[in-house]
Amino acid sequence: MTYLYFPGCSLKSTGRAYEESVLEVSRALSMPLTELEDWNCCGATAYMSISELKAFALSARNFALAERQAGNGEVDMVVPCAACYLGLNKAKRYLNEHPEIRSKVDEALHAAGLEYKGSIRLRHPLDVFVNDIGLKNIAELAVKPLEGMRVACYYGCQILRPYADFDDAHEPTTMEKLMQALGAETVDWPLKTRCCGGSLIGTVPEVGLRLSYILLKEAKRRGADVLATACPLCQFNLECYQDKMKDMFGENIGLPVVYFTQLMGKAFGLPDNRLGLQRVFVPLVSPKRAKAEVGGVHVSE
Amino acid sequence: MEKWQGWRKIRYEAELDPDFPREIASIPGGEKILTCIQCGTCSGMCPLAPYMDYTPRQIIAMIRAGFRSEVLSSYTTWLCASCYACTVECPKEIKLTDIMYAAKRLAIRTGVYPKKFPIPILASEFFKSVESTGRNSEGRLILRLFMRTNPFKLFNQSRLGLNLLRRGRFSLKRESIKQTGELKSILKVLEREHMVKAKDELVPESKVRP
Repeated sequence: MTYLYFPGCSLKSTGRAYEESVLEVSRALSMPLTELEDWNCCGATAYMSISELKAFALSARNFALAERQAGNGEVDMVVPCAACYLGLNKAKRYLNEHPEIRSKVDEALHAAGLEYKGSIRLRHPLDVFVNDIGLKNIAELAVKPLEGMRVACYYGCQILRPYADFDDAHEPTTMEKLMQALGAETVDWPLKTRCCGGSLIGTVPEVGLRLSYILLKEAKRRGADVLATACPLCQFNLECYQDKMKDMFGENIGLPVVYFTQLMGKAFGLPDNRLGLQRVFVPLVSPKRAKAEVGGVHVSE
Repeated sequence: MEKWQGWRKIRYEAELDPDFPREIASIPGGEKILTCIQCGTCSGMCPLAPYMDYTPRQIIAMIRAGFRSEVLSSYTTWLCASCYACTVECPKEIKLTDIMYAAKRLAIRTGVYPKKFPIPILASEFFKSVESTGRNSEGRLILRLFMRTNPFKLFNQSRLGLNLLRRGRFSLKRESIKQTGELKSILKVLEREHMVKAKDELVPESKVRP
């Protein structure tokens, strides 16, 4: 079994911390990830709005490259970005279920001397960590458990909708189980799969800001110390626009928003700068100190 | 009322386009739209519905009635952030998110999308970048979006830009794959293929009826 890592555009720029922490945590779990060579755009949301068939062909090129890179064995493509995960997953399903689409895409791949055999499995790291590595093995590595930290687990929309491959689409619990195994408390909140607004925060900020603000406000009201995400766009929207939300809604939220992999790395005792934690806007406060501090002022460990 | 919230318009039946529902239904699995019972679950689930000019349920009814230009030039289809909440809840298994995508593509193809509205501009800039280099360059995409919509708004973003830059999260580097020639030959084959069929390729109405 080979794990090939598909980064996508965000994990190379605004979401760099996600890449850093995914790779670091995978190393700690003795399942090092190899990056797919010469990967191209997954063909997600914005691209699919222009041409769906070409979006599927983009995904299919990635599949063909992955099969070639992995030789003849089984390939699991590990895709941390929620939009890439869905974009690739959707393409895979359409190619399997609709022969007329498959034949057109195959023809296009052949024109470039490529072939997609259909053996790729698409996996989100949350699924791989919990279901392949196992909570028990993860818990054993937690040398610095996240004791006293109340985590609001946020899945966002595209990991489990419309394809609920590894958890329930309405009430997922995988991330909660993972965080509890690492010693954290999880916050019970109903908005964990509600949309953060996606790219609307950049295009129609009046709407996008409100959608993200609703999520943060509710997580905070339910007593969260930190919000854990599994998507680079969710992380960007929920964290980097908190000052704009303050301008618009008059409320200073100040809730740290980090990737679930950063919290895993934290529990494994890995240094902050290897988990990309120096890249956050709202610093992650260590919980024991946070209780002593008034107003959640940053205290570095 | 904001301009993009729109308002209901009255149409004479003769002005409607009876082929429009079949055009939309021609996408894979699209024929299910003809089974819609107008229950409104999609509108209830949609986090963007309060900001739309027509609710998702209305859009389905309008597609079925042939309100072609209203649907394609609506803000609704572009406001859809594709979170698939409607798709997983629909009791008739209508893939409404995919239908919204089909409407977006048809709107771009026929040039009737709301002009100067940033969402279709973002999509077309994203598309152009991937067509030429195989990857999207986030920093450049954001810059081009503002240049094409409202360059003055860029100043409001300077604080965010600087904060990202200081943390190594923003770059204007042009991202590219190595084998751009390979990708171009793949995409060239599909240049004239569309998922939404043209009117003369549509199957007769009797065969679409579920």
